[in-house]
Amino acid sequence: MKKLESTLGNMVMVLTLVSLVAAALLAVMNEITSEPIRLQAEQKEQNGIKKVLVLGADQQVSVAPAEVKSVDGQEFTIYRVTDAEGNAIGAAVKTSVQGFSPNLTVMVGFDAEGTIKGYEILSQAETPGLGANVPTWFQAEGKGSVIGKNPKTNNLTVTKDGGEIQAITASTITSRAFLKAINLEYNALFGSGAHGNTGATQPVK
Amino acid sequence: MNGIIKENPIFVLLLGMCPTLGTTTSAINGLGMGLATTFVLLCSNTVISLLKRFIPDMVRIPSFIVIIATFVTVLQMLLQAYVPTLYDSLGLFIPLIVVNCIVLGRAEAFAAKNSPINSLFDGLGMGLGFALALTLLGSVRELLGSGKIFGCELWSEEYGCLAFVLAPGAFLALGYLVAISKLLNKK
Repeated sequence: MKKLESTLGNMVMVLTLVSLVAAALLAVMNEITSEPIRLQAEQKEQNGIKKVLVLGADQQVSVAPAEVKSVDGQEFTIYRVTDAEGNAIGAAVKTSVQGFSPNLTVMVGFDAEGTIKGYEILSQAETPGLGANVPTWFQAEGKGSVIGKNPKTNNLTVTKDGGEIQAITASTITSRAFLKAINLEYNALFGSGAHGNTGATQPVK
Repeated sequence: MNGIIKENPIFVLLLGMCPTLGTTTSAINGLGMGLATTFVLLCSNTVISLLKRFIPDMVRIPSFIVIIATFVTVLQMLLQAYVPTLYDSLGLFIPLIVVNCIVLGRAEAFAAKNSPINSLFDGLGMGLGFALALTLLGSVRELLGSGKIFGCELWSEEYGCLAFVLAPGAFLALGYLVAISKLLNKK
């Protein structure tokens, strides 16, 4: 069979057909994968709440429905967690900030006093090998641990900015964004304390 | 199947340098990226070869790009749904497979002129060659940078040279690997 000539009609027809088939294929794939992707995200969030508050998988707790709070255009999702007797254990707070790439989503678990119990990165697109180390770097066994610190009494900024947290090697921007997220979340939850932008430990009056 | 050793896209053809340098921070990332690209190459080479008579010459590049982009998006959705950890670590580099010059290069140079079966094998060979090169480069960088291969510690991270995980190390390691492969190929 001879190759199709490059006439206008042929070109328009072929390009349209190719695009149509591509779009149809993508629509089908989207249909198939959107459910698992949504479940993944949901699962990650539920696990995240337990993980950031350091709760055992079999521990009986009740997670209050998500509260969505907006402060200066920044959106926070707060999950308050209580134990079986109804005593407050703490809260998990989720927000997204601009890291080195957009949408660094950080969930932090605070106990009732505001001490950081744990954190989890729910989504990120930081540089592989550098900023992408953010899920482990700030954990208790990492080099820049934030666990057990309280944004009210500890200066949670990178050492370069006068704080006490060691930034991820060669990823100061990611580290700053991460710590900013923690401070903002603390503010959203307790209303005062460290200032999110400067990391100053005095309440902003 | 020349792609695996004799015409290895990285060490011999020097194609697709951007994802090569960008994703090989560890052996597992390199392998993941290599296999992802292999999948796209296989599909795009086969489909383009099947359609080559129906695509007029003047619109062949846009058509190829649409076909390649479709497969990349399919791959991206699949990874996000079923292998989220790999998806998280490769991140931005998955959509960038669209502009990987190996994929378009093989479509243009091979699939557009050869039969579907040959194109399939060309895609497989090139893809595996790419995966092999990326895994090798990733292993070297991970080993020199953090003393690990595939996450298994061989020696303490203290002796690692961070530069190898960063961009300069990528260029250095790649340069030496290309030199070594030239030396071996000469014999």
